[in-house]
Amino acid sequence: MKKLLVDFNKAFESKVRLGIMSVLMVNDEADFNTLKELLNLSDGNLASHIKALEEMKYIHVNKQFIGRKPNTNYSASKDGRKAFHAHLKSLEILIKSQTI
Amino acid sequence: MKQNRTSPLETLTEIKQLMERSSRFISLSGLSGVFAGLYALAGAYAAYDYLGLEGVGYFSGRFLAENVSSRSEKLGFLIADAVIILCLAVGTGIYLTTRKAKKDGNSIFDSTAKKLIINLSIPLAVGGIFCLALYFHGAFIFIAPSLLVFYGLALINASKYTRNDIRGFGIVEIALGLLSSFVVGYGLLFWAIGFGVLHIIYGAYMYFKYEK
Repeated sequence: MKKLLVDFNKAFESKVRLGIMSVLMVNDEADFNTLKELLNLSDGNLASHIKALEEMKYIHVNKQFIGRKPNTNYSASKDGRKAFHAHLKSLEILIKSQTI
Repeated sequence: MKQNRTSPLETLTEIKQLMERSSRFISLSGLSGVFAGLYALAGAYAAYDYLGLEGVGYFSGRFLAENVSSRSEKLGFLIADAVIILCLAVGTGIYLTTRKAKKDGNSIFDSTAKKLIINLSIPLAVGGIFCLALYFHGAFIFIAPSLLVFYGLALINASKYTRNDIRGFGIVEIALGLLSSFVVGYGLLFWAIGFGVLHIIYGAYMYFKYEK
């Protein structure tokens, strides 16, 4: 069992982080409010998880202005995509091992 | 295994749902398709009736009477007919979709809706302009087949941003359009099938699959 969990990414233990990555895997980019709405989170909660993902370099942060309003877009980085795929694989293996 | 954690299967299901919800517009109401089809059939009947009154034997393709009014007058009626049907269909579609989105607790005009509309509009706009070109060159018989083909392409393009079932609908529309480009002269009939009957069938199918 321990061996199976090797690929289990600690970063994705949190459901919120996994959720953020899921959204960014299928969308080129997403802004803060879109993520907030999709994941049903408070500003602070989402911000802290985004920060964690950013520090791991799993997501790119792109700050820009629309008119005078700041707008921040997030996209998945190459490392982030790799890590996400690895995590999904290990989930898959786990499911297979349970059904046997 | 710790029991208080969600199972991997549940996690995968959640990931999948989140991916769908964030990239596809799923509030599109199947009923709006049914209504669009009914309007289209009514519009097609009105056109058929009008052409008959004007002395055009639609299925024989010949003028039956002498008092045929000018081409522009006929065209005016047909365009007005088409515009009214289009407005009714789009209006009903927006109303029903808004209602469904509210019921499901989804936002109506989010980024997925925008993507859906843009990707549906590109092939449709190209098709519309292309048909104008056909009109200017007098190739009237190809207008109906072309619009069916372009509508099918638009649906296939839009299928990536809403329920994937739309893709099959688009393929059927294209097949119908191509068929009618060889069997020319029955544009109205093919339109009644493509925009009327098919909308009703697919709309009802989507309604019973996702909303019942």
